[in-house]
Amino acid sequence: MSETTSNAPGKAGFKFDLQALGPILALIVLVVVGYLLNPDFLGSKNITNVLSRSSFIGIMAVGMTFVITAGGLDLSVGSMTAFIAGIMIMVMNGLIPSLGTNWGVILVGMGTGLMLGAAAGAVNGLLITRMGIEAFIVTLGMMVIFRSLVTWMADGGTISLNFSLGSIYEPVYYGGLFGIRWPIIVFAIVAILGEIAMRHTAYGRHCAAIGSNEQVARYSAVHVKNVRLMTYIVLGILVGLASVLYVPRLGSASNSTGLLWELETIAAVIIGGTLLSGGYGRVWGTVVGVLILGLIDNILNLTDLVSPYLNGAIQGVIIILAVVLQRARKSSR
Amino acid sequence: MSLAAANMTGAPRTESAAPILALSNVQRSFGPIQILFDISMELYPGEVHALIGENGAGKSTTMKIMSGYLAASDGEVVLDAAPVTFARSREAEAMGVTLIHQEFNLAQQLSVEENIFLGHELKRGFLLDHAAMRAQTRDLLGRLETPLDPRSKTADISVPEKQMVEIAKALSRKARVLIMDEPTAALTTRETEVLFRQIDRLKAEGTAILYTSHKLDEVARIADRITVMRDGRIVRTAQRGELNEDQMAEAMVGRDLSDMFPPKRPADGAEPVLEVEGFTIGTLVKDVSFALRRGEILGFAGLVGSGRTELMEGLFGVRPSTGSVAINGAPVRIHNAEDAMKAGLVYLPEDRKENGLILTQDMRRNLTLLALKKFSNIVIDRKAEEAALDKAIEEFDIRAPSRDVLVGNMSGGNQQKVLLAKIMLAEPQIVIIDEPTRGIDVGTKQQFYTFIHALADAGHSVVVISSEMTEVIGLCDRVAVMRRGRIAGEVTGDDVNEDTIVRLAMGLDKKGNGHE
Repeated sequence: MSETTSNAPGKAGFKFDLQALGPILALIVLVVVGYLLNPDFLGSKNITNVLSRSSFIGIMAVGMTFVITAGGLDLSVGSMTAFIAGIMIMVMNGLIPSLGTNWGVILVGMGTGLMLGAAAGAVNGLLITRMGIEAFIVTLGMMVIFRSLVTWMADGGTISLNFSLGSIYEPVYYGGLFGIRWPIIVFAIVAILGEIAMRHTAYGRHCAAIGSNEQVARYSAVHVKNVRLMTYIVLGILVGLASVLYVPRLGSASNSTGLLWELETIAAVIIGGTLLSGGYGRVWGTVVGVLILGLIDNILNLTDLVSPYLNGAIQGVIIILAVVLQRARKSSR
Repeated sequence: MSLAAANMTGAPRTESAAPILALSNVQRSFGPIQILFDISMELYPGEVHALIGENGAGKSTTMKIMSGYLAASDGEVVLDAAPVTFARSREAEAMGVTLIHQEFNLAQQLSVEENIFLGHELKRGFLLDHAAMRAQTRDLLGRLETPLDPRSKTADISVPEKQMVEIAKALSRKARVLIMDEPTAALTTRETEVLFRQIDRLKAEGTAILYTSHKLDEVARIADRITVMRDGRIVRTAQRGELNEDQMAEAMVGRDLSDMFPPKRPADGAEPVLEVEGFTIGTLVKDVSFALRRGEILGFAGLVGSGRTELMEGLFGVRPSTGSVAINGAPVRIHNAEDAMKAGLVYLPEDRKENGLILTQDMRRNLTLLALKKFSNIVIDRKAEEAALDKAIEEFDIRAPSRDVLVGNMSGGNQQKVLLAKIMLAEPQIVIIDEPTRGIDVGTKQQFYTFIHALADAGHSVVVISSEMTEVIGLCDRVAVMRRGRIAGEVTGDDVNEDTIVRLAMGLDKKGNGHE
């Protein structure tokens, strides 16, 4: 029970650093490979495209990092996006006769999206913390419920935003500041706030404590249930935020909106080095994970080396590889 | 423990027989650091060989090498006069060498029966033979006088019961060499007696037993041969009766330990700080009332399961309770640990690994977790945290290979020091310490006693719960003894002695004899 003290800390520390840098190295390799295959890859147009498409997953993945660090999971985020987008569009379309086509309507729509996200997150969180049902079960159920609701709302087809309202709303996705699109800016702000919250606030510390050992957290005056609940609510709000940015992109929502986004979100978190079992999370890693997944998709689309249909297969390999590396770290402890 | 000392008989000396298992000049290094130097020792059939030493002396490594969990860097493990290399612990088990782990090595979600036969399931054809396994489990538990349902989920049974299951598991393997890693650390006096009877029986059957314990009175009682380790070396080997407890402790520590406990400090005149009235927790704690005075060290004794820990957890707010609690004369309602902390009451849990520390995090994060609010104003003040860690390392003499070592890789004594530093950061008025020195070596124990006295001197009021009678007796001027969820009695001054406390704890009459 005592001799473990001598498990050569220096050696373990070095390995740990390599593990920490792993995702960054992978990202650099991807950038170099992408550039060698197609010089257009690093063009500002392509980069803007990749980043703005990745930002939806990215914004949600920051929230997911907290959920997973605190020992939870949320499978419902993809369907939740579709549901929120659908409701937002219906609310905005419905307000046109009384309020006209203007920014006011859009602001109401945005508010609806954020509040709906918070409410959906609260439902998940309350079922998990107050009823004591497993996160996997609750959010699996919610995932199916949201997907079914959006199909029903669209009557099996597509819910489309009024065209002229859509053209007012469009700049929220396509416009930006200093040539950087709004989704990218929002993603960056969310990521920076998330990184600070995770590493430098009591809240982040509490999430990691709960994910490591719930009992220790409880005995250390941490409000385990409230902190957990809050991770789901924050994630819900971020899903709402992603929807607010997503709606102006296509101006519609359907049964296939946000399909498999939950898996991509969780994958980004895990690739970034957050432990799926909880207790340790890093937001910057998640950002790297999001970029890795986005770049793979982009590189396959830009080159005809491998069929883009194999995108999923490659992503799958990377996810498994990331967890294999995590295991290696665990056993080196 | 001395109550039943008479029923242990000295085993026949068996030095003429050949050792079953021996270590010959074993060395072991982890990376560049050498942990074991030239370890040679023999285990003879029908003999209890005690291995004692402080935490970090190399006992665990030695045991792991004997039982195949670790390989020797150099030197030989000799089984039946032939050198062996166990590829893994399973191989050692197959050859009759079994290690009894401390209580934490059971699969929590499996039943008692499934745990006992884990990896050695009895089968009939392709299918498990549940009936045979259940019958054997009942038989084993019966022998250990532990009336458990073999189907109970392991997570639901108490800590001492888990230890008994671990022992039953080893017994089921029919080992020739049994290595016991602090088997009594989590056991009460009664269960310890049961274990000793089993050890007697195993000796008679010719089993060789290696026994480690920090409880030197036990060692003096059951060991036929004692090996003392210090800093990775064997410093003394003695036959039964050659060393008394004080001499053992001195050999372990390498210095004089005559004053284990600082002089007692009665707090008779001081005003009460904590007053508890009619405190009840379900059926575990019934109608308990007591008062704690300023600067007092109040002891709580009683068998494991008597409700001591539950009472304190209730006061700390991590168990729902009824009854009234007043601090400094003002009634308080404590519903969770934060309420308790705000009221100036903190609790050092009995089980530091399950409830006290996050083993996968470093010292700094563990240290500040309870009092984190003091360090954060939107963001956490890292510098203040580092300063608090410096202060804790200095004040509590915490020794770690580096500042950012994971707490799980520290020795038990140092973990306990981090834990004490953690709860003291909350600047409490009332400090409840549950098992201050479980699984901690003699030298560090003495340090803890000094710490506890220093807390009381500084005006904190301290409650100490301990299963080690000497600890309660040595530290406290007043001791409340619990039995079956109630305070069976309170002893003060000269009445604080083993005989009086044991009688109260067991519910015996003044002049009763024997055990319950």
